[in-house]
Amino acid sequence: MSAASPAGTRRPSVLAQVATYAALLVVTMAVLYPVLLVCKKAFEPGRQFALSASPMPRDLTLDHFRDLASAEGPHGELLFLRHALNSLVAALATTVVGVVLSCTAAYALSRFRFPGRRAGLTTFLVVQMFPASMLLLPLYVLLDRMGMLNSLVGLVLVYATTAIPFCVWTLKGYFDSLPKELEEAARIDGAGPWRVFFTIMLPLARPGIAVTALFSFMTAWNEFIMASTFMTDETRYTLPVLLQSSVGQYSADWGLFAAGAIVTSLPVMALFYVLQRSLVGGLTSGSVKG
Amino acid sequence: MSEVRLVGISKHYEGSGAARPALERLDLTIPSGELVVLVGPSGCGKSTTLRIVAGLEEPTTGQVLIDDRDVTRVAPAQRDIAMVFQSYALYPHMTVFENLAFALRIRKLADAEIRRRVEEVARSLEIEAYLDRRPRALSGGQRQRVAIGRAVVRQPAVFLFDEPLSNLDAKLRGDMRREIARIHQLTQTTSMYVTHDQVEAMTLADKIVVLKDGTIQQVGSPMEIYDAPANRFVAGFFGTPTMNFLPARAERVNGHLAVRGQGFELAVDAAATASPAAGDVTLGIRPERVTLDERPTAVPLAARVELREVLGAEVVLHLGSPAGELTVRADARAAARPGDALTVWLDPGAVHLFDGRSEQRL
Repeated sequence: MSAASPAGTRRPSVLAQVATYAALLVVTMAVLYPVLLVCKKAFEPGRQFALSASPMPRDLTLDHFRDLASAEGPHGELLFLRHALNSLVAALATTVVGVVLSCTAAYALSRFRFPGRRAGLTTFLVVQMFPASMLLLPLYVLLDRMGMLNSLVGLVLVYATTAIPFCVWTLKGYFDSLPKELEEAARIDGAGPWRVFFTIMLPLARPGIAVTALFSFMTAWNEFIMASTFMTDETRYTLPVLLQSSVGQYSADWGLFAAGAIVTSLPVMALFYVLQRSLVGGLTSGSVKG
Repeated sequence: MSEVRLVGISKHYEGSGAARPALERLDLTIPSGELVVLVGPSGCGKSTTLRIVAGLEEPTTGQVLIDDRDVTRVAPAQRDIAMVFQSYALYPHMTVFENLAFALRIRKLADAEIRRRVEEVARSLEIEAYLDRRPRALSGGQRQRVAIGRAVVRQPAVFLFDEPLSNLDAKLRGDMRREIARIHQLTQTTSMYVTHDQVEAMTLADKIVVLKDGTIQQVGSPMEIYDAPANRFVAGFFGTPTMNFLPARAERVNGHLAVRGQGFELAVDAAATASPAAGDVTLGIRPERVTLDERPTAVPLAARVELREVLGAEVVLHLGSPAGELTVRADARAAARPGDALTVWLDPGAVHLFDGRSEQRL
């Protein structure tokens, strides 16, 4: 590199490099410190947050995780498993509903010209501007009327409606970037619209779909406000609601909270890890031309 | 063997704001088995014409007939055509084999038959070794071979080529041009070929269609187009270096046409032209028909060498003369150097006359 580069492009001075890395170090620590504190609390005995600022635990214990896993509901069921299952079902269903509907909608919005196309796109954009808390009351009334309070189906419906506008815009952008000639070639080769969609466009849109799937999953998995409002029956809680309930007004079990927070964030981290190749692949896979 | 006919095809793009249509009342017949090249500058409507034949775009008015069957409103899939795109448009997530087999699978051919046909085409295009690869692992030339193979394997009624060689470098372009010519000779399939490259047009075409601003300027064999261009645009489009154009005045004098420009005067056989009695004309003469040595019937023109371009086998001299700027193709041994004064000779038999106003051939 240095041999090839002209004399004009000098490496930055040692001082500048030290300053850069120092700044990066500070920012990294600022980001990681709270996470470390939670990790520390999860493995440290006691319910209270220690006053020490050190991220290293004084003692190691798995009690909090044991408490979390063994907490029982009124009928003797294991609450954590129950809540994890609720969260998983809600998140997976939201992902499936969101991705299926967004794929078809985004493809139509990207490739076909029809009345209401622009209006539809604008609406998708505008509805994203409203904060979720503003929608709480109307959604509560709607779900109540439909008898869907304390129902996972109702929760999935709500989650899907918040996830779909974003997914549609993301996927539409992705479909827009795929060369039109591929579809034209397929049409000339004899493929009908559905075959073009399933055998050509969907496989090529995989990176875009991975992003939207991840987003849908995370939206549902991490969501707290709606779940805590609509799910009042303890057996219907999702994990974020469980976490919140462990730090109540009169007694706060921070150890339980920290253990729960770590367990809750693991699936999303795993998902990121699995999908990261697709995510990066989406950025690098280029045109068809040579 | 299929004949393609375009009858009164017009295409207006709505909301494009363009004052003139992309195509205006185009009539064209591509006889069965011929390779017709549509050529013209960008925006002339050549690609639009091809896309209308493919069914990727609908004409505003007019009909597309393939073998007397009206396919104007028929989906591309039902037209029995194959198209090669400039961008190759290979399916990136499929192997070369699957790319070639795609259309055959849709038509539900037996696996053994598909394999036989794909392998046969792959062999003839020398891409057998890459059948298991994805397009991204191929070079530009190999991709274009696959793209052509994908069209050939279907054995369609009509081939459409949309600037298939424009993304290739000069040497590959020559190779692939010969490949396409070979395939056409072999299959004798009716073909339409769009390009902006006059060399491709000349070398490949049975018939050339010259388009400009959405209208046909001339239809003819390569030599007809070269020897008798219908107007000044066609004359200037074909040939490298381009034809010389000199302003002049024509006058009918006992049975022939006297053409007078600055610094030269020559007589053209008037029977050959349907010219008016007199008027402003543009005299066109190709660089190879202007000579440095005297010929019996040629007329002299005094000129000065401004630039000398050496091409190896020949030199191209750019001259200034009272009549206007002039390009001459000469033998590489020609001694003329920039600044030299010399006399060039114009062959009256090689002169093209164009009306000064309408620019049509006289």
